[in-house]
Amino acid sequence: MHMHKYEKIWLFFGIGSLFVFLAVLGVGAFAQGTQPPSCLTTIDPEKVDQTPPFDKPGLVKTGDNEYQLNIVASAFAYTPNQVEIPKGAKVTINVATKDVIHGFEMAGTNVNMMVEPGYVSSYTQTFDKVGEYVILCNEYCGAGHHLMTAKVKVVEQ
Amino acid sequence: MMNETWKVDARDGKLAMAHIYVAFVALALGGLAGLLQVLVRSGKFELPAGISYYTILTTHGVLLGLVLTTFFIIGFQFAAVSRTAGTLSDRVRFWGWVGFWLMTIGTAITAFYILIGEASVLYTFYAPLQAHAGFYIGLTLVVVGSWVSGFAMFAHYAKWKKAHPGQVSPLLTFMSVVNMVLWLVCSLGVAATVLFQLIPWSLGYVDRINVLVSRTLFWYFGHPLVYFWLLPAYMIWYAIIPKIIGGKMFSDSLARMSFILFLIFSIPVGFHHQLVEPGIDPAWKYLQVVLTFMVVIPSLMTAFSMFATFEMYGRSKGATGLFGWLRKLPWGDARFFAPFIGMLFFIPAGAGGLVNASHQLNQVVHNTIWVTGHFHLTLATTVVLTFFGAAYWLIPHLTGRVMTKAMNRLAIIQTIVWSIGMIFMSSAMHFAGLLGAPRRSAFSTYGDAPQALEWIPYQIAQAVGGTILFIGIILVLIIVTNLAFFAPKGETEFPVAEVAEQAERTPLVFENWKLWIGIAVVLILIAYTVPFIDMIQNAPPGSKGFKLW
Repeated sequence: MHMHKYEKIWLFFGIGSLFVFLAVLGVGAFAQGTQPPSCLTTIDPEKVDQTPPFDKPGLVKTGDNEYQLNIVASAFAYTPNQVEIPKGAKVTINVATKDVIHGFEMAGTNVNMMVEPGYVSSYTQTFDKVGEYVILCNEYCGAGHHLMTAKVKVVEQ
Repeated sequence: MMNETWKVDARDGKLAMAHIYVAFVALALGGLAGLLQVLVRSGKFELPAGISYYTILTTHGVLLGLVLTTFFIIGFQFAAVSRTAGTLSDRVRFWGWVGFWLMTIGTAITAFYILIGEASVLYTFYAPLQAHAGFYIGLTLVVVGSWVSGFAMFAHYAKWKKAHPGQVSPLLTFMSVVNMVLWLVCSLGVAATVLFQLIPWSLGYVDRINVLVSRTLFWYFGHPLVYFWLLPAYMIWYAIIPKIIGGKMFSDSLARMSFILFLIFSIPVGFHHQLVEPGIDPAWKYLQVVLTFMVVIPSLMTAFSMFATFEMYGRSKGATGLFGWLRKLPWGDARFFAPFIGMLFFIPAGAGGLVNASHQLNQVVHNTIWVTGHFHLTLATTVVLTFFGAAYWLIPHLTGRVMTKAMNRLAIIQTIVWSIGMIFMSSAMHFAGLLGAPRRSAFSTYGDAPQALEWIPYQIAQAVGGTILFIGIILVLIIVTNLAFFAPKGETEFPVAEVAEQAERTPLVFENWKLWIGIAVVLILIAYTVPFIDMIQNAPPGSKGFKLW
């Protein structure tokens, strides 16, 4: 099919930059390991409180400067809802829900993941800056959805 | 073939107008809901009488996202196929009415359960939030009604093809068929989750539901849904706008090719709405990201085609210099001005869309109000302004009236009001979203968190923009009411563009439906089969229903 010369130029650069962009995303994902949170671990949504590590939610030290932060989400609260993290810590955040879908978001960071009944959501983040971050629910979960919140303080070691 | 004296038959016009009335009633009610939302979210206003923010939010999403769009599109397409492929047969028209009433009754049932507070589950109705079964049954009727109308259009197209062997079908008819094929293939997903999962579960026949499977089926439908909204706007841009400005269509075959590309690439992409969720391997997410980006190509083609048409027209009128042709365009004609502004808004809207679909960048904006800002540019500006622009000739054409100069001026003002309102509201949404403000949430300071307090000025800007937009809705309702009932009697043209002389003959390959639908199905199977089997094989225990509002 005939195409106008200008259209060929336009599409060449348009599609070309598209593939460059996709290559950047691909290299980021597969070579540098920047994948979106995609944890495959399952959990019985009715037994979250009895299943480790969610039977004892909170911050656990797992190594030199490495931590696990295990959080239980339910309508309309996070447990625990106040956490202190030492500055520079590399924290793997695991979240599970006891009821409906929630959206676990730590505003001002890249921690943003769906929490769905039956699955553990997990993401690892290093906290380099001292400060206070608000955790909220960004997926509608019912009448108190906008009241579902928690706080993280990053403090000097 | 494209006789200029052709009019939409009065009986077909009635069918189209019935859809358009429902669409604009939905706009009025859904717009009011939108106004209440931005006011609540400014923090300066509370809903009276214990009305829930989330009931209003569900109403807004269902009425504007599902009802306004589907009804306007099907009404417009019935008019377009009648105009370009000839008057509908009595049988096709009968089934068109069956489709209309199924959709209307379904909408009424769904609206009833939303308004009595039994279905505050938003228009995405994610399980395990469980609405009253009537909510899902009403939605089923809407979808089934749209299928009936789709098959009525297919039958009309088939009749034309039979009467014109070896000929290329009229462009608007072809495009309507593509859009309905797209709709049919994608709505199978939402039909599957509603019929096999949600309805039995909400009636209590089964206890538990597989949440991830339900979401995946929903998003198999949810993204092509936005192309079902967009393609009619593209029809108007490609096949009607050139005629309105007095020019010719740049190329018929490129227009068809871009529609076929949409058909192929808009379905196997639902995972880009599920990028940050558990239970799906990231490699499959990335594959669907790549497929998502393929629809950039037909959109680039469309942009080229539109501006080529504009420039060719301007130069034919003696325009000189690089941009002299811009001055020759009919800026005072609302039928051109409203869709043109819609096109301009599609530039930032498309760029934002690239961010949303980007494997990792999505995490920064996922479920923040940035996303709301994004689809208020795409759907609520690009698509809706184009539909308004079409209504300005379609309604008087169908009702045998003419648009007065005063109404045309009001329509220009309406477009400007809409643009200003949207710039306030959508920009504020984008910025607040980057700071982390969530979408779909009533006003909250999250325990006076300093971060949340920073979002409030943006929320006030959203309320200002939303209020201006509501004024825009009042204006368009005034115009539409005038055109339907009060404008002077007369003849209004249903503009259909002719192809430019230098364009090539259109090959018949674009109507090889087995080929294109076959490719679409293969891509869907590649993108979904393995992850879907994984979801079922590794499924966690299912979820019981929750009613948390």
